[in-house]
Amino acid sequence: MIYNIPYIAVVALILIGLYAIIFKRNLIKIVIGITLIESGVNLFLITLAFKQDSIAPIYRGSGSRIMSLPVPHALTLTSIVIGVAVLALMLSLIIHIYKHYKTLDASKIGREKE
Amino acid sequence: MNIIDDLILHSPALIVAIPLLGAFLTPLISKINDKMRNIFVIFIVLLTSAIVLLLANDIYAVCGKIHTYVFGGSSPVTQGGFAIRILFEVDGLNIFMALIATILAIVGVIYSWAFMKENTGLDKYYTLYLLMIAGMFGMILTGDMFNFFVFLEITSIASCALIAFWTNKGKAVDAGFKYIVVSATGALFILFAIAILYGQYNALNMAVLASKIEFSFLDNIALVVLVSGLAMKAGIVPMHMWLPDAYGRAPASVTLILVGVTQASLYGALRMIFTVYGDSLSTTLNQIGDINIELNLILGIFIVALALLTIFIGVLMALKENNFKRMIAFAAVAEIGYMILAIGAALTTIFSAAETDIGTGAMALKGGIFHILNDALDVGLLFLVAGAVYYATKETSLNRLGGLARNMKYTTIFFLIGLLAVSGMPPMNGFASKLIIYESTYQVNPILSIIAILCSILLLAVFVKVFHSAFLGPKQPKFDDVKEVPKSMLLAMGIIACIIIFIGLFPDIVVNNIVQPAVNAITDNSNYISNVIGGI
Repeated sequence: MIYNIPYIAVVALILIGLYAIIFKRNLIKIVIGITLIESGVNLFLITLAFKQDSIAPIYRGSGSRIMSLPVPHALTLTSIVIGVAVLALMLSLIIHIYKHYKTLDASKIGREKE
Repeated sequence: MNIIDDLILHSPALIVAIPLLGAFLTPLISKINDKMRNIFVIFIVLLTSAIVLLLANDIYAVCGKIHTYVFGGSSPVTQGGFAIRILFEVDGLNIFMALIATILAIVGVIYSWAFMKENTGLDKYYTLYLLMIAGMFGMILTGDMFNFFVFLEITSIASCALIAFWTNKGKAVDAGFKYIVVSATGALFILFAIAILYGQYNALNMAVLASKIEFSFLDNIALVVLVSGLAMKAGIVPMHMWLPDAYGRAPASVTLILVGVTQASLYGALRMIFTVYGDSLSTTLNQIGDINIELNLILGIFIVALALLTIFIGVLMALKENNFKRMIAFAAVAEIGYMILAIGAALTTIFSAAETDIGTGAMALKGGIFHILNDALDVGLLFLVAGAVYYATKETSLNRLGGLARNMKYTTIFFLIGLLAVSGMPPMNGFASKLIIYESTYQVNPILSIIAILCSILLLAVFVKVFHSAFLGPKQPKFDDVKEVPKSMLLAMGIIACIIIFIGLFPDIVVNNIVQPAVNAITDNSNYISNVIGGI
């Protein structure tokens, strides 16, 4: 049971994030929703890499103890870096949107006549 | 001769690396002057295209050949016996998509020369443009699931910034934001599915996954999440809202590459469904009496239903739209529906035991894949024409356009060609692929092809309306001093129009030499698995 808690957290994070994206009108909250999904997926990757009684894969006097395979960690790092880029882009777009419409309410944006 | 061989050997890496390097050199070159930068960008794209053509020549020389390219060392080795490294693989389908991407990239860069001339910040524009092209090639060529995700994100970040390139327009920024929300969510879904697969099989390589896949309950979930994530990126109907905005508000040259990016996502879906899950798709899920309900049937019917919805909604929304580019974007949604219709029809039949059903499935796949090429060209040409009209008149609403044929005769001819092609009229390429789709879906279920033909006719009605309201009609005094667009834009449109007419006149050459290898590559996934695993 105790080992399942991270997976429950993953599902909870992803569902909360989806809820925020679908139902929230404020653009900043939508962005928060996306970052929540992202942390959920990252947590999932990290949890997959966990192995009981294993150590970090650094070859320094570790003897014959079990090391955990570092691939998921590498994937997570890459995904975090991509996430930062996406987050920065989204926030900079929000700045531009706010300059044009003076609001962050998604229902009032982009409705003007041409 | 040796240099050519070396080039072909390293070509999968070079096709991605050259635009990537070019992207980051562009700001430096544009310090010298603008003309130099434009020539540099065109040179980079042409160099990439030359390498793609060399690789294509190599792939098509031997039937069923798969070119694998390995990044990284041969150790450490995981429990499964495979080294942890990234693999690029090129088979008939990959090279087919790469050829489409090449055409779009060349045409887009030539078109940009004049179209974007009056804008500022062009060094950033070209940097992002080349990044987008590099990402698109990466998505197409990679054989690694996580690598696919990375290139997907590179493409979405670059294309989102380009959609919102005209930041002085509120709607463009809004479209960019919509696009990034949908594509970031879709990409995270895909990453989640990749993590599920990795957790079970300890592998990220598509071929290794395909050889190991057992089709557990978790694989079901991964398949659904993967396909829905890719469908989001491809703009299939319940998730299509971003597409008209993004296509409609982006500069026309960017829209052209966006069409290619959408096709690349569709390619991803094809690859995941047919190659990675290929062996296990005929698993029996449920049994009612004597009838086995197989997974491919359920997935196929579901995809066909989505495809019909996509076609319907795309056409109907196009009928009532007044903005030139948004209207073409809805037509593009409908066109995507045709491809998925063919894929769904193929899924329902191709795994069956009967010989005729397999033939139908293979034909549907042939039509669907051929239509990917034709759709990219037709819709791309229409967007370029819409961009040219905007360039000449600064007007987007169809209500205020009219009588342009007097001043812009070449553009009018190109629009006529695109119009006939996109609605599947005989001398153009759209007819060739749509006919194959109608024929094969008729054998699956006649209703499918009836709906498809009906919507194609409606599409013709839509475009005839546009043709009449924008190009024909009385002379309008405000457009008196409108001139024909510059030569580079005419050249770009001319290239696509020539290819459209060529494919329309000789469809069998294209089908036999390019499309058939792609279909073989999809259907024969044991060849793929053995070849790629042999390369690891």
